[in-house]
Amino acid sequence: MQVYLDNSSTTKCSPAAQALMAQALCEGYGNPSSLHQKGVEGESYIKEARARICKTLKAKDTEIIFTSGGTESNNLAIIGSAMANKRSGMHLITTSIEHPAVDSPMKFLEEQGFSVTYLEVDQYGTISLEQLEASITPETILVSIMYVNNEIGAVEPIDQAAEIIKRKNPAALFHVDAIQAYGKYRIHPKKLGIDLMSVSGHKIHGPKGIGFLYIKEKTKLKPIIFGGGQQGGLRSGTENVPGIAGLGQAAMESYDRFDEKQERLYQLKEAFRNGLAQEPWAHFNGKAGRESAPHILSLTVEGVRSEVLLHALEDKQIYVSAGSACASHKPAPSRTLQAIGIKKEYLDSTIRISFCAENTLEEVDYCLSALKAVVPMLQRFTRH
Amino acid sequence: MSNAFLIKYGEIGIKGKNRHLFEDALVRQIKHALRPIEGAFQVTKEQGRIYIESLEECDQEEVTERLQCVFGIVGICPVEIREDQGFEQLARDVIEYLEANYGSKSLTFKVHTRRARKNYPMPSMEVNAALGERILEAFPNMKVDVHNPELMLNIEIRKMINIYSQTIPGPGGMPVGTSGKGMLLLSGGIDSPVAGYMIAKRGVKIDAVYFHAPPYTSERAKQKVIDLAKVIAKYAGPIYLKVVDFTAIQMYIYEKCPHDELTIIMRRYMMRIAEHFAEETGSLGLITGESIGQVASQTMHSLAATDDVCKFPVYRPLIGFDKIEIINISEKIGAYKTSILPYEDCCTIFVAKHPVTKPSLKVIRRSELKLQEQIDEMVKTAIETAETIVVEAE
Repeated sequence: MQVYLDNSSTTKCSPAAQALMAQALCEGYGNPSSLHQKGVEGESYIKEARARICKTLKAKDTEIIFTSGGTESNNLAIIGSAMANKRSGMHLITTSIEHPAVDSPMKFLEEQGFSVTYLEVDQYGTISLEQLEASITPETILVSIMYVNNEIGAVEPIDQAAEIIKRKNPAALFHVDAIQAYGKYRIHPKKLGIDLMSVSGHKIHGPKGIGFLYIKEKTKLKPIIFGGGQQGGLRSGTENVPGIAGLGQAAMESYDRFDEKQERLYQLKEAFRNGLAQEPWAHFNGKAGRESAPHILSLTVEGVRSEVLLHALEDKQIYVSAGSACASHKPAPSRTLQAIGIKKEYLDSTIRISFCAENTLEEVDYCLSALKAVVPMLQRFTRH
Repeated sequence: MSNAFLIKYGEIGIKGKNRHLFEDALVRQIKHALRPIEGAFQVTKEQGRIYIESLEECDQEEVTERLQCVFGIVGICPVEIREDQGFEQLARDVIEYLEANYGSKSLTFKVHTRRARKNYPMPSMEVNAALGERILEAFPNMKVDVHNPELMLNIEIRKMINIYSQTIPGPGGMPVGTSGKGMLLLSGGIDSPVAGYMIAKRGVKIDAVYFHAPPYTSERAKQKVIDLAKVIAKYAGPIYLKVVDFTAIQMYIYEKCPHDELTIIMRRYMMRIAEHFAEETGSLGLITGESIGQVASQTMHSLAATDDVCKFPVYRPLIGFDKIEIINISEKIGAYKTSILPYEDCCTIFVAKHPVTKPSLKVIRRSELKLQEQIDEMVKTAIETAETIVVEAE
């Protein structure tokens, strides 16, 4: 049995998205900017995709910019808004558990003279709204908070954060990295008070190399890529038509039978947690049940290095992720795990299991028995 | 642009009666090295020289780069080959050659003529003087300097006349395949690929063995070793790489023996297995990347404890090298970037915090007795289940 439980790294592309992409690649090959019929045909794929995405967000079609993926969306949102608004202030706020695609642009902006406040999180990875409120100043131009943490599945209080930001400094923009949340939650940015929101295609059964940034109308943003002026000049470069078509299809599908799928993910997650409840070596990070994301589980296995466990499971055709990529020569422990304060000896013993709605309870059982068989064996050999 | 190369080889020129064996091996290695390049080449040997002629247009730089990986080559000279049509024509050819290669640069020069064909009507010294005169006439900017010329113009009078002025250094050493075969213990580190390179340089064909410890080491670690073997293969030719699953043995040692002796005992079993393959496939020795004192398992005491299990000689070409010297060679041969990829190999996974640095043979042998029950069976299984991968250069 082959069991893929690494859906937060990437997902399998949906068959309908694949088919639509092949069609866009073969038939809709015209450059969307061309004035002739072929160009119009190419453009029609983009229009269709945009409409599908807007429907899921209750957004306007002018509010979506296609990018090369989540990383670019985050970069455009953060650097683009900082550059456009630096005259109003040079202060930014983010959290200490962001993905590197948010954290690194922040570090870059610090080098450019901006100051950044990194919000702390509690043992479950949740930010403190009090600290957020206290951090916002008249100088603050951007707050960037992830919706769902990619390592432990913590869900941040986005609606309350938005309310606080708009109350304390109405001019400050609110960016949300929703790469792990889109498709798992119903997100209506306008209603929530979100100005900018990043989404990636390949996390929702769409293709790699494509994503979008939601930009609320009238939000001031500067481009970070310059060229032919496509997409209103905000993101130059001939549009990735097949990628966009595939993304549109995947976005639509991820909100099909939404409640049923969300329910299923929670079921799988709970089955997994419960299955290891009696094992003294298993510790789960983050909140249980509905208070954390439906698809992400962070599991610390006492006395076993995550990479070794990963390969041992791989041997049984079970694919998971190491909570932190850590090699003997270059230790780079996970910032998220450090931020939630897990014990030092657990940093390198944490794996991430992430589901998609196609996973089954049989697969979970198979994985549980594999873990129970493999872990005691591996525990016999620990590094000194 | 010349489409021919004159290959100079040093050491093999003095090999007496075996000389033709070395030359044939070098011709074979050159042909092999040129195979991936587009175009047809003719490689011939003639009176202490090897010529490579390209029968079509070729990328001279690419050819040179490939030839710089062929052990036994001391110098690579792009050469102009002309028919002998008398001195006047030779003088015109030489002027044309200088014009094409050096234009109107003001250089100091010397003409160096060698007459392999002794029936040529002019002696070498006369040719030198006469050509020098013609060159001075044609290029007023040039000057003669017989002691330290910037341009050394070589004229070799053989059946044909060779004109060349540039010698690109080759890697030296001896043609691979002229000195037997050795079994290299290859890990994913910096040292062992360099050791393989250095022994291959002395004309030794290389086979290799890698100890894999899944799930403690990953597929990527194995791929890294294959990639390192590819680097060595660029110089040493195709490598037969044995991949041995070492996990069971490693764990058994871990369970039965004192942990500070783990590495030494583990290495003793690696040597035993490597020696088995060496014997089976006709290698004449083992090759390792050890250097005295680099780590606990490479002190003189530890090396003695490792050697204790080997009948075969163990060649350690890096024995007196500092790490930085090894890194320099690793960079030069193109292995370094791969070597430093952060995938663990089995040597780094089960390391005691304070391994013994002065193991006593008596103690180690006694510890190994604790393995008696199952170890022979395990070694046998490891040997039988080893995978063989033929690694060729890219």
